[in-house]
Amino acid sequence: MRFKGTESYLTGESLRSAVDCAVALQRPLLVKGEPGTGKTLLAEAIAAATGLQLLTWNVKSTTKAQEGLYVYDAVQRLHDSRFNDKDVRDIRQYLRKGPLGEAFAAPERRVLLIDEIDKADLEFPNDLLHELDRMRFRVIETDEEIVARHRPIVVITSNNEKDLPDAFLRRCVFHFIEFPERDLMQRIVDVHHPELGDALVDQALAVFYELRAFARLRKRPSTSELIDWLAALKAAGVTSVKLDAQLPFIGALLKREQDLLAFADQFGGRAPKRA
Amino acid sequence: MFVPFLYELRSRKVPVGATEAVALARALVAGLHDSSLEGFYFVARALLVHDEKHLDAFDQAFAKHFHGVEAKALELTEQLLEWVREAKQPDRRLTPEEKALLEQLDLAALEQLFQERLRTQKERHDRGNTWVGTAGTSPFGNTGKTDRPGFRVGDAAGQKSAVRVAGERAFKEYRDDLVLDVRQMQVALRKLRAFAREGAEDELDLDGTVRETARNLGDLEVVLRPPRTSNTRVILLMDVGGSMDPFTALVSRLFTAAKKATHFKELRTYYFHNCVYGRVYQHASFRDPVPLTQLFAETDRRYKLIVVGDALMAPWELMSVSGWSDDEGLEGMVHLMRLREHYPASCWLNPEPPSAWWQSTIDVIRKVFPMYPLTLEGLGDAVGQLTKTR
Repeated sequence: MRFKGTESYLTGESLRSAVDCAVALQRPLLVKGEPGTGKTLLAEAIAAATGLQLLTWNVKSTTKAQEGLYVYDAVQRLHDSRFNDKDVRDIRQYLRKGPLGEAFAAPERRVLLIDEIDKADLEFPNDLLHELDRMRFRVIETDEEIVARHRPIVVITSNNEKDLPDAFLRRCVFHFIEFPERDLMQRIVDVHHPELGDALVDQALAVFYELRAFARLRKRPSTSELIDWLAALKAAGVTSVKLDAQLPFIGALLKREQDLLAFADQFGGRAPKRA
Repeated sequence: MFVPFLYELRSRKVPVGATEAVALARALVAGLHDSSLEGFYFVARALLVHDEKHLDAFDQAFAKHFHGVEAKALELTEQLLEWVREAKQPDRRLTPEEKALLEQLDLAALEQLFQERLRTQKERHDRGNTWVGTAGTSPFGNTGKTDRPGFRVGDAAGQKSAVRVAGERAFKEYRDDLVLDVRQMQVALRKLRAFAREGAEDELDLDGTVRETARNLGDLEVVLRPPRTSNTRVILLMDVGGSMDPFTALVSRLFTAAKKATHFKELRTYYFHNCVYGRVYQHASFRDPVPLTQLFAETDRRYKLIVVGDALMAPWELMSVSGWSDDEGLEGMVHLMRLREHYPASCWLNPEPPSAWWQSTIDVIRKVFPMYPLTLEGLGDAVGQLTKTR
């Protein structure tokens, strides 16, 4: 199987190659890159391209590795024991599979997205090493082993908030999503807003890249911001844009107050009032 | 066939080993590279590189190994241009005077001239007035004197004074993968850990449940408690550049140990040069300043502060005011005292041996911070003192 991207998700050769490696070697694919460059969308695109079902595991700061495998709800069992409305002798009723456990136990191959793994505790990736490597784990309460029937395609995204441990990195295929070149960006815009006029898209891209090159920004606008901005331009019926203080919907591109101030400082115009 | 390439990568500090070699071989057997060099490039990159900070080294190694491109020269030029680009931005941390000086230049022209001169320059030049070098009066170089502002190239700060110059050599971040000796430091730092039960109550307290259920005459009473988590918050504040250069290896070991220590709830690292004024920096290259007022607002007295520095500077640096807007007109010394006051658990680690501590500025700072030598023993003592202070 070779990954080619989808109609709405365009890729470069390096990304296609990384996906192919991950699929062929059955290793997790670790994707990093600026926010808004489509890391999470990649898993959806892989699922769509392969026709496999997608399971998403959104990692939060409180997420534990164990939750991805299974959770044993002892408290519910204790409560149930008071009212006799379930057979509390059957422990299986109180074992719930997490996304990783579900992907292993599924009758078909699954695409598993572990989103923003860096949000969790530092130990989180280490705790998953064995499970991702061997694709199996043991349920202690029932002494059963759950072995993946079909090794899932695992996509892991990281925003670089924390460093991932070396041992974990070495088990992954790594890809850093670069910011798209102008040609690719043009095609991405065409896919999302095919009805926009060429002239406007040209101008908008020029403004966009100029803004990105503006070195004083803390958070440079990325693909998702551009797509949103173009949608706003389209909705308002704007026909031409140029980079000056009156740039319409600047808030769709620049999201930080310091950036808006820097923009106002550079291109004139009034600084936005502090709330 | 690609094994020598792996050694090339290793020599450039890209961590690759047998695991990567086997993975790459499997990918090649599977034909993922389409029998083309370009395909091989992408496959190799996906499998051999694990972090974007190694991508550049990988590209250079690849170019050298497969095309024989003189990567070294390329690297040098790019590095120099990087400095120039940095110099180009009117930086937030410049004083208004410096800013004005920089702005009066035609930077584009200067950059072009600089590139040109770099191309024609073949050797090291010091004390000249044209070439890029040190101690000269050309607009490009280092530790020079000139009426005009120019580009400072690299860093070899001669006097131990805080000279803030745009385009200062982007100091190597203390992030090297040192393993030797780091372990020992990690063990010493481990003593810093302290645990507390904090956060949402989602752990079953079995003993409590049994006790409360018994007290309830057998009617079930479930008791929950927050999980036990590490409660140690550490701020590491490091002096970089100038007189600290000889201790780079030592300090980077400490930094690696602290970074790898997984038992800290939070580790913040900041940098300063010689003396702390109204701000500290998030990067060793003095980018992204954080005003002390902001740091104080974000962190409270529970944080443990470890300052690493030789405390050597010109005496006036302790007593002078930086002129930055956020130093509130206070001297360096006052800022140090405010740090000590805000964090009762704080200490100063000095890489200079205690026999050199009679020197004036060290002696003064010793009166503010408890000072320990940056040795295993000193680190142990410092950790002991930090854990005692509550």
